[in-house]
Amino acid sequence: MAHVISDLSKYVIVFFMALYTILCFFCVRDKEEDDHGWIYALQIICMFMVHFLGFAAICLETGDISYIIFYGFQQILLFATIALYRVIYPAVNKLIINNMCMLLTISFMILTRISYEKSIKQFLIVTASLIVGLFIPYFIKRLRFLKHLTWIYGMVGAFLLIVVAVLGAVTHGAKLSYSIAGISFQPSEFVKILFVFFIAGMLKESKSFGQVVITTVAAAVHILILVFSKDLGSALIFFVTYLVMLYIATRKIYYLLAGGLAGAIAAYVAYYLFSHIQIRIIAWQDPWNHINDEGYQITQSLFAIGTGGWYGMGIYQGNPTAIPYVEQDFIFSAIAEELGVIFAICMILVCVSCFISIMTIAMRLKEEFYRYIAIGIGMIYMTQVFLTIGGGTRFIPLTGVTLPLISYGGSSVLATIIMFCIVQGLYCVREQEGIRHAKKAKRRKKAVRPVRETEDEE
Amino acid sequence: MRPKTKNNEIHNGEIMFVCVCMVVLMLAVIWNIVDFMLHDKEEAINNSFNPRQELLASQNIRGSIYSADGEVLAKTRVLEDGTEQRYYPYQNLFAHVVGYSTKGKTGIEFSENMKMLTSHASLSNKIQNELNAEKNIGDSVITTLDVSLQQVAYDTLGVYSGVIVVTQPSTGKILAMVSKPDYDPNEIATIWEDLVEDDSSSVLLNRATQGLYPPGSTFKIVTALEYYRQNQKDVSGYYYSCGGSFSKDGNTIRCYHGQNHGSVDFTRSFAKSCNSSFANIGTSLDIVSFQNTCRDLLFNSELKLELPYKQSRFMLTTSDVTDTVMQTSIGQGKTQITPMHLNMITAAIANQGVCMTPYVVDRIESATGSVVKRNSPSQETVMMTEEEAAFMTKLMTEVVLSGTASKLDGLSYTAAGKTGSAEFSENKLDSHAWFTGFAPAENPQVCVTVIVESAGSGGDYAVPIAKRVFDEFFGKN
Repeated sequence: MAHVISDLSKYVIVFFMALYTILCFFCVRDKEEDDHGWIYALQIICMFMVHFLGFAAICLETGDISYIIFYGFQQILLFATIALYRVIYPAVNKLIINNMCMLLTISFMILTRISYEKSIKQFLIVTASLIVGLFIPYFIKRLRFLKHLTWIYGMVGAFLLIVVAVLGAVTHGAKLSYSIAGISFQPSEFVKILFVFFIAGMLKESKSFGQVVITTVAAAVHILILVFSKDLGSALIFFVTYLVMLYIATRKIYYLLAGGLAGAIAAYVAYYLFSHIQIRIIAWQDPWNHINDEGYQITQSLFAIGTGGWYGMGIYQGNPTAIPYVEQDFIFSAIAEELGVIFAICMILVCVSCFISIMTIAMRLKEEFYRYIAIGIGMIYMTQVFLTIGGGTRFIPLTGVTLPLISYGGSSVLATIIMFCIVQGLYCVREQEGIRHAKKAKRRKKAVRPVRETEDEE
Repeated sequence: MRPKTKNNEIHNGEIMFVCVCMVVLMLAVIWNIVDFMLHDKEEAINNSFNPRQELLASQNIRGSIYSADGEVLAKTRVLEDGTEQRYYPYQNLFAHVVGYSTKGKTGIEFSENMKMLTSHASLSNKIQNELNAEKNIGDSVITTLDVSLQQVAYDTLGVYSGVIVVTQPSTGKILAMVSKPDYDPNEIATIWEDLVEDDSSSVLLNRATQGLYPPGSTFKIVTALEYYRQNQKDVSGYYYSCGGSFSKDGNTIRCYHGQNHGSVDFTRSFAKSCNSSFANIGTSLDIVSFQNTCRDLLFNSELKLELPYKQSRFMLTTSDVTDTVMQTSIGQGKTQITPMHLNMITAAIANQGVCMTPYVVDRIESATGSVVKRNSPSQETVMMTEEEAAFMTKLMTEVVLSGTASKLDGLSYTAAGKTGSAEFSENKLDSHAWFTGFAPAENPQVCVTVIVESAGSGGDYAVPIAKRVFDEFFGKN
């Protein structure tokens, strides 16, 4: 009986996920988000239904009651997050908070299914990250000197990357992490944030050709260190983010085109230089004839997605652990297998909704520095989502990056939550700006009312 | 507004542009996934590297395979100790087309593997199984195969090695498919070692789709079509005086057993299968156009066939010498064809030039009888125009009325076809007997292709077999 119930629950989960996703785009459509209280409430209901049904299925399938306790803790954490952020920052962007919690919910469900032990570890890190994140909007609002530390961001970032490249442990052919006191730490995740701050600081100063050259050289240093650490995914993310930030700041399309061309040439050269890139290209082009070696991961991923079908095999009904590194690089395939392709596509759309929200905030920010940071964070997020999902579904070659907020990995989830909270901080700054501007305008209006003619001269 | 605010004016065009680009990119990712799910998924997941097959097998009992009239061709029996055993009631009869599922998988057992491992049983059924701690029954495959037609084809071929393919030209349904030598799939586990070691007879090979044979005189269908394409108006004016052989540039082609056909026109050349006349025709053809026609007829091409198959080969190029051209026009030389492919070409002639994709799975049904998926006939390609098909039908009817397939003349139905005796070794007396044709000529309902290995002439050995199959088909209708 339990089996039948959990089998049926998957359709209901898909329904609530689809409803949630549709509601996301209801919010994006209109400008005044304050009118959408009911939408956010409905989204939270959907989120909790997905969470509840997912864990009900887990409990029924495993027959292990201890999952209920774990579920309870997750429930408290999600509730607390939604409530606390709203109470402390009334002006917070509620759609981004909802989306962040939804993605974390999915992460909890799928990680619990893949590995109970890892999911508990992940849960603790997420809890810590959300607490840290709670302070960030406050700092963003208050610490105005943050915009004057440009070169410190750049130096610290590059230094961290070099340390990793030199000392780091070799994981899956790429030097990504090193350990401090037994906690494995992946600096490139945090350098992403420093990098965005550095570029934003540089481009805020000046957009002259000289400044662009200096900034490009500094960005290239970051990227080259990553390339030599064999962390191609991160290198690509940095590259794309930098190009887009440069393009938006300078408003010169030829920077984008020249950068794209340079990137294409670099990729071509790298293909002949590095054997590990060639392997990935082979695995992408013709995985079926290399199914036993290079193509093993990607074909297992496609098996998972294909066998799962539109509605999925149901939680615990699939075989996601057959994919190597499923909890990091191929979490999307595991979700598609057990929760269904419709669910997985909805999840992509939720990620897109996050991106659109971040970019919308960027559009409304008036101060350049903040504006560029929002754009940088949005691009880092979306590029990373694109690389991991595109790689796992054989749209592009595999680059081995994680799916933000969903994949297993402490550094990744902490960095992503910090980025989302920075965006929230910027959103609050925008409110301040808005109020300031409104006040100024009011004052001016009052002042100039008697002498209208002078209005244009000031 | 003020000039000051103008300097600070926000430009969102670039952000909009980037935003749209990224969203389009993500939609492309989604589209790629949907495309995979709609088109490539079935083929991709049916792979021995997919560990989910065992997972499904542990949850569901493999479904059964049925003939078109509901006879069981393969089913899984659960023994008393709980082990499952695949059972084939007709033993050797459907060996190649149904295939086997232990020791690897072939035939329908391979192509419909995932479907039979998946259960679409009704909810109440599943609940009941759950309560009884029983496995669900996987979905069944209902084929287009006709047991009595298969039996007649199988029996008629007798002890010979060879192939019989019977299809319905208007839909592409495969009604019967016999390949010999054969084996009993029930005993595959015990006879496996012997079969694998024995390279010479290749018992496991489904010769209907994977056996490449020289087409012999059946290829004159292609040569005749090509000549008609190049000389539409002058066909009726064609005459050739056959003295039993044709020579050009020092190369000689002889008619079968040195027969002397006398003065022949185009129709009679075809009906009598005059090698000399066709070598003469062949040397007059434009090779590039010939290549194009063969491409239209799907030589050297992929087919949409679900069963494992080999591509037929047509290797003639403009740089080939006269001898090769002459040999190729009468179906010798490097050209090779599978019986299934020859059947498709014949069926296209019977179906006004349109080749339907041959298929053997009619529908998938759940264990409780509801249809999960129904295959409908689909068009493979248009091989020739309606007019060309009518011309070819006329030629092939004449083969029966006054030519090499006269054993099919004077029956209750009018058949049309072409015989062939394909030489395959240095010993010129040894040849494969071919026949491919359809009936009734005026309204084709069935298309039969026969090859009897190392038997002799097509007219003597293949035509009588085709007649038995035609008789069986029309006898019961």
